[in-house]
Amino acid sequence: MDKKISTALVVDDNTVNQRIHRKLLDNLGIQSETVANGKEAVDVHISGKNFDLILMDLEMPIMNGIEATRKLREMGIRSMIAGVSTRSLEEEKQEFMKAGLDDFQEKPLTVAKLVSILHKLNRK
Amino acid sequence: MLGWGVERLRADMNRLLALLFHQGVLDEQFLQLQQLQDESSPNFVYDVVNIYFNESEKLLRNLRTLLMDREFSDYKKMGIHLNQFMGSSSSIGAKRVSNVCVAFRAASEQNNRSGCLRALELLEHEYCYLKNKLHEFFQMEQQRALAAGVRYPMQN
Repeated sequence: MDKKISTALVVDDNTVNQRIHRKLLDNLGIQSETVANGKEAVDVHISGKNFDLILMDLEMPIMNGIEATRKLREMGIRSMIAGVSTRSLEEEKQEFMKAGLDDFQEKPLTVAKLVSILHKLNRK
Repeated sequence: MLGWGVERLRADMNRLLALLFHQGVLDEQFLQLQQLQDESSPNFVYDVVNIYFNESEKLLRNLRTLLMDREFSDYKKMGIHLNQFMGSSSSIGAKRVSNVCVAFRAASEQNNRSGCLRALELLEHEYCYLKNKLHEFFQMEQQRALAAGVRYPMQN
């Protein structure tokens, strides 16, 4: 049975990407919120909110995607976390995955890449 | 008569886009943006591109300010600005701008100030060309919308 994905958190310090990622999610019927860095992503979960999916950028000020993912997993957050980044150095990607990602997609995010992430979420 | 004007404008817009694709100024990611536009966000592409313009001009000013400082050595800060610029450029399909950012970042990672200066000149040139062409595109879109009797945001 397919899991219903209804909420997502967009974690990205880039306003253009925030806007595009939210629209991608909106067009698939997924409600989303945005935060501008890893610390805000952690704080929003500490406040009690939870999301089916987290789209996590890698390079962000204050707290990057790797630290934020690690911290969220340590907090027991079991949401699907998909890393999305323009950086594609293999070592960085491996470190990002090891921090607790369920999936990684290179930016720019497209409908096809987001659907691929959602299919993985359904199989989780 | 009105219909003919709308169709002519649409053809002009398609020709301009084809040229920009042929020149490598835009890539298929721009088409992805257009496909996201719908009735609930009829000006989505225009809005996103304007956000991109505002952000890019801040980043270009920051990069120029950094490099014009004779005591400049903060390549890490430069790298942060470049990652931002590269990320948003690739997200809207600004391929040539994005490619120049890659070369710029490479010079920055080698602490190569003269290479960075050359890359900045090229980046400003490519960005200016892109902005002018996209303004042209959106002006045509505005005329087409007016001709078709559709509301469109006034451009600055």
